Formats: sequence, C-alpha cells, structure tokens
Amino acid sequence: MIAAHGRSEREAVDWLLESMAASLTRRWAIMEVCGGQTHAFVRHGLLDRLPTCIELLHGPGCPVCVTPISRIDDAIRLAGLPNVIVATFGDMLRVPGTQSDLQSARAAGADVRVVSTPSEAVDLAAREPTRHVVFFAVGFETTAPTTAIAVLMAREKQLANFSVLASHVRVPPAMCAILDAPDTRIDAFLAAGHVCTIMGTLEYEPIARNYGVPIVVTGFEPVDLLAGLARCVAMLERGESNVTSSYAGWAHAEGNPRARSIMREVFETKTLPWRGLGAIENGSLVLRRELDAFSADARFGLSAPNVGGDARACPSGDVLRGVLKPAACPHFGRDCTPERPLGAPMVSSEGACAAYFLNAERRGAS
Amino acid sequence: MCLAIPGRIIEIIGSDPLTSEARVDFDEATRIVSLALLPDARVGDHVLVHVGFAISRLDEAAAERVWAELERLSDPGAPAPHTSARGASES
Repeated sequence: MIAAHGRSEREAVDWLLESMAASLTRRWAIMEVCGGQTHAFVRHGLLDRLPTCIELLHGPGCPVCVTPISRIDDAIRLAGLPNVIVATFGDMLRVPGTQSDLQSARAAGADVRVVSTPSEAVDLAAREPTRHVVFFAVGFETTAPTTAIAVLMAREKQLANFSVLASHVRVPPAMCAILDAPDTRIDAFLAAGHVCTIMGTLEYEPIARNYGVPIVVTGFEPVDLLAGLARCVAMLERGESNVTSSYAGWAHAEGNPRARSIMREVFETKTLPWRGLGAIENGSLVLRRELDAFSADARFGLSAPNVGGDARACPSGDVLRGVLKPAACPHFGRDCTPERPLGAPMVSSEGACAAYFLNAERRGAS
Repeated sequence: MCLAIPGRIIEIIGSDPLTSEARVDFDEATRIVSLALLPDARVGDHVLVHVGFAISRLDEAAAERVWAELERLSDPGAPAPHTSARGASES
C-alpha cells in the first residue's frame, strides 16, 4: 500500500480522482493493456468513479484469452495420449477449445495436472521417468522467463521426458496491431507493470514516439491505477507522448536483465495468430530450434497454431481490442456466463467479460 | 496469470544460480520462492513474486519519486512529499 503525504488509501484515491478531474479539458480514451488491471478497476468500483471525460478501453492483456484455440485442442489431444501428462496453470482448464476443454478432458480420463509454478512440471517429470510431461505454457513476458528457467532446469537434469507446449506472447506488438487497426481510438496506454518488471520501458519508447501516444507503466492497487491514470491525463493535456512510470519502485527502466537474457537464450520471436486477434507480427515467443528436444511441437509433430476455430459466435477480438464493451455484447450474461462460457474472456481471471460479469453479480448480491 | 505478490526475503537457501531459493514473508504466510531470475537478492529485500519466482526488487527511492511527481502535477509549488513506499501489488 502506498501512503502519500500521510494520506490513507481512501484519501489518496479521492485526491487523485479530484486532481484528475480538475485538470481535464476534453474527453480521452485510455487503454489499460493488462487484464489484471481491468479486473482491479472493476473490482474496486473505480470505473464508476472516474471523471466522465475519461473512457477506459480494456486491452488484450489476458494470456488465456489470446491463446489460439488450436493450442487448446493440441493440449487436449496430448493429454489423452497414453503415458502423457499435461501440466498447466489452473486458469487454462475451462478455456473452451473447438469441442471441449481441459477440465472435461480430465473428467473423461486424460491426465491433466494443475501446477502453480513451471518448476513443478519439471519436478513431476523427474519423479515420473516412464511418462512424458508436457508443460502447457501461457503468459506474457512476466511469465515467459519462468518457463525459460524450467527448460534450462530440464536440460541440466537431462530430462528426456519433459517438453513445453508454448503459447507465450509479447505486449508491444499487440499494442502496435491495435493502434494500426482502422477503427482504433486510443489516446494513451496504461502499460502493464508486471510485464515491465521484466522488460523495462525501452520497448515502449518507439511506440509512444511513432504513434504519438503517452504510455504510463502502472501498478495494480487502486492508488497505483489512479496514479497511472493521473500521469496519463497530465501528459495528454500537455500534448506530450512519452513513456513514464508510476510503478518505478518495481518496474525499473532496464527491467530484469537476467530474466531478459534467459528469455533470449530459450525463446525467439515469431509471427503467430492470437485467438480473436489474428496474426500479430513477432507477437509470440517460441522455443529456439536448438532446444527442440524440449519442444512439444517438435516432439509430437504438431502443426503451427492456426487462426481458425471459434465456430461459436464469440466476438472476443472486438472485446480484446477495446472496440466492444463486454456488457454490450449480445451474448453477455445470456448464453455466455463464467459457468457456461462462449469465449475465453468470460473464463479467465484476467478476461474483461468475467470482470464485468462478476461485478454485476456482486452488486446484485449486495 | 500475471498475479505477482510483494513479500520480504527472510532467508536465502543455496547459491547455485538456477536453483537458489529464498524464504519470503508475505505477511500472512511464508513461502519458498526461486531466485533463479533474481540471484543477487539479499535478506531484507522486498521482492515481487510471480508463479513461484522472485522477479523484481523494490527500489524505494524510485517509488518515492513517483509520488513526488504526482504531488507536483496537482500543485506545482508543493514541497517534495514524505512517502512510505511499500507498493503492494496484485492483479
């Protein structure tokens, strides 16, 4: 918790909202890239308290939401093979694939294990030498280095029964793709604080410069979120388009150099489709060729992720680009709920649709 | 997925860069976390932990500068603020 000038959290929130409102001269549309921030804005009731001149657009920073449906299908298929264990984070279990999800596959007998850290998947492989452990790895740059460490650990232990089904993605190329879309109306970004603890802020400078948008690295508590917005508004009102950080205590300009170097050792960038958004130039991280021994794609001869899949009517791409507000979707709360999700943003703890749905439920209950 | 939680290192275990770990105090519980991504961390450091890995160390002076700048935005004549800056964080 940050207490500024001796203020309590509530006082700091009020002060930030007031000083922001006082400085506004026109409407601004600001995208928070990170789904965790979307949930925090909604959960803390901040959306309703923002000055009406500020419109928040919710961005694509939900790794579960952008994982290609063909990767989910791959994971389900691998988990059904004899002597294969698929290990992944709990968030992935209920994400709909083409016909099923990992939770249903597990109920039908597939071996799917939930892990809380990639190292657990490596330990599992070491304990079960007669079986093959596939770690289904998703996440942005915050999580990718931890998968990279798991690969290096498996190599050091000379494990022949561990591989990674990678669906790691990068924030800056997605920001560019969203800004390049003809219907974009983004004036500024709140960049994801946790991603920047790894990557630093340098990658964002060409985006701010080339597109003329301020970018503020922002944290996750109410005070952090509003501090980021206040910095953003100040830059917009002054006509500046720089990169600044309101999360500088944790996200340093150079990021985490060791994590970045380990990522470079294990991954290379590639242009692959994101669910709902299509191909994003250099937006994905795949294992380097020399690490094929630890690549589930190479081990099991998988085809590259493809764009197809969402036969159901979920317009998740428009939600992930901030063009469609969750509650404006014709399916929201009708044929799409967290219990029976039509698309990934309704499932994930970082999906914008789930954030709106859970908030509406909480309000209904109170 | 990007959940990251701040805690304080109370013990360092091991020195191998790939496998060294720390016992981290998160107020309500202590957990063992990997230092593979932050091998220079020391006892007493505030660190941000993501999926079992310490990923960043708090720079208190930088956190304080953020607040000093915010105060100046709202009141250009304001003195540099006194801040306590243990930035809690979750998503």
